[in-house]
Amino acid sequence: MAEMLYQRDVYGKTLVELGKSDPNVVVFDADLSSSTRTCLFTKEFKDRFFNFGVAEQNMVAASAGMASCGKIVFISTFAIFATGRAWDQVRNTLAYNNFNVKIVATHAGVSVGPDGASHQALEDITLMRIIPTMKVIVPADGPQTRDAVLAAYQTQGPVYVRLGRPKVATLEGKGIFKFGEAEVLSEGKDIAVIACGIMVTQALDAAIALKNEGIYCRVINMHTIKPIDSKAIIKAAKETKGIVVCEEHTIVGGLASAVDEVVAEHHPTTVLRVGVRNRYGQSGEPDELLNEYKLSVKDIVATCKRVL
Amino acid sequence: MIKTIDEKEIKLLEEKAKQIRRLVIQMLAQAGSGHPGGSLSITDVITCLYFKVMRYNPKEPYWQDRDRFHLSKGHCCPALYAALSEAGYFPAGHLLTLRKFGSILQGHPDRRVPGVEVASGSLGQGLSVALGMSLAAKVDTRDYRVYCVMGDGEIQEGNIWEAAMACSHYQRDNLCAILDYNGFQIDGCTKEIMNLEPVTDKWRSFGWHTIEINGHDIKELLYAFEEAKTIKGKPTIIIAHTIKGKGVSFMEGVLEFHGRAPTKEEAEKALKELE
Repeated sequence: MAEMLYQRDVYGKTLVELGKSDPNVVVFDADLSSSTRTCLFTKEFKDRFFNFGVAEQNMVAASAGMASCGKIVFISTFAIFATGRAWDQVRNTLAYNNFNVKIVATHAGVSVGPDGASHQALEDITLMRIIPTMKVIVPADGPQTRDAVLAAYQTQGPVYVRLGRPKVATLEGKGIFKFGEAEVLSEGKDIAVIACGIMVTQALDAAIALKNEGIYCRVINMHTIKPIDSKAIIKAAKETKGIVVCEEHTIVGGLASAVDEVVAEHHPTTVLRVGVRNRYGQSGEPDELLNEYKLSVKDIVATCKRVL
Repeated sequence: MIKTIDEKEIKLLEEKAKQIRRLVIQMLAQAGSGHPGGSLSITDVITCLYFKVMRYNPKEPYWQDRDRFHLSKGHCCPALYAALSEAGYFPAGHLLTLRKFGSILQGHPDRRVPGVEVASGSLGQGLSVALGMSLAAKVDTRDYRVYCVMGDGEIQEGNIWEAAMACSHYQRDNLCAILDYNGFQIDGCTKEIMNLEPVTDKWRSFGWHTIEINGHDIKELLYAFEEAKTIKGKPTIIIAHTIKGKGVSFMEGVLEFHGRAPTKEEAEKALKELE
């Protein structure tokens, strides 16, 4: 049985590590520190933590002011508020200045569960990806969350890191995380399945099911969505019969679009998308919602068969 | 104890303000677009800050102990650019490139201009930026002060009040905001478009120390900035009553000049008045 971890817990612990090693690390939250787990940092470094209350716009613009004074600022809240509520502050005041602010947002996707549509960010990857200086990382499991947060810390300028709410299974045999470099988790020449976040586990399960039917998938964990690993995509386009992209996010503007853009320019091939199609989320348990929004293992299997 | 202010110094500052107004007119006439009204209404505030109140070194724009200035009403950057140039941040030759392709002087300020800390232009965010700078001083235990000029129409933005609440919650006594209360916004007077009154009461109720003055009286401005330095445990806002287009008779209180540059002829006429 794979280890199950909350990405948010890993994030909080990694912040404490960074807080110990670098006095320039400052953390902001907007009244969700116990959910985002920035509360772990607060306990150790209360002088370098600021709670902004329920005021995300203020938090984002203040992080720009703080960063202008040489600090590395991690700001956290739920993904929908960080990227939606405060988008203009992110675009004009944070990213336009290319400041060293890391937006680590939690509770992305329908897997938020019972809270329903208002709290399930399905557009955040798009909203961040379209901003010129912004980088985007969507780690697939607990340990990779630490890698992503450290990569964000080491990367100059604004970075968006997308985390989920539920516990996720730790993936085996990932190798060393490299920012901007896709991970090939299984080899296959029939179909390339490119996924991010919790959809990587689903993709691996789909690949096992397909293997039993004699269909071999190359499963790629595209943890860095911007800058996208074009080489890995072009290679997959050349070496397989088609690509299936899986994301717990709208199919418009996110990972699927990023893959489409590379394929269309460099090596046109079939690209099919497993993602949310022009809908809001709703209340339910994560598994029920993954089924409802056609993000389940069987949906990936069926989509892969359509490629062949 | 507030220091007494030398009359001679006031005269010099008044001259400097006039020089900045001249530059503003020249820059905008050359650019052919931009915002003269608000640039002229904040000129005296900016003059006092850059030529008396603030601690900075133009040779070392990122000196860590410098006082920070943030122009939240970014569209009035001609006054800021003129002051930065006069202060020695960059050669005056740049001024006439305002708003032109390839210029460091963009239509709204950004960090390619030496002396500009943070870009602005999208209204309502500057007080938060100033708060972030002010909190950085706390983290680093530095004694610099932070100044932020806001427009009156601008404080209709909700983000301003999020920041207002937070500045007072965090007791940012190293932060001094200035409200350029000229009473006009693009669509008309603030009273008609979206009334701000009672504006001083609003800030006071948010926990701020408030000082109301004539924003064109150098002496009142200097006393207000001195008073702000003595206030402990809360932020200060200077409500500066100003006149849009101040210093040019045919621009004063004329809404049209919120966002229209003077023609060549108008500029000549204005420059004569500012001699």
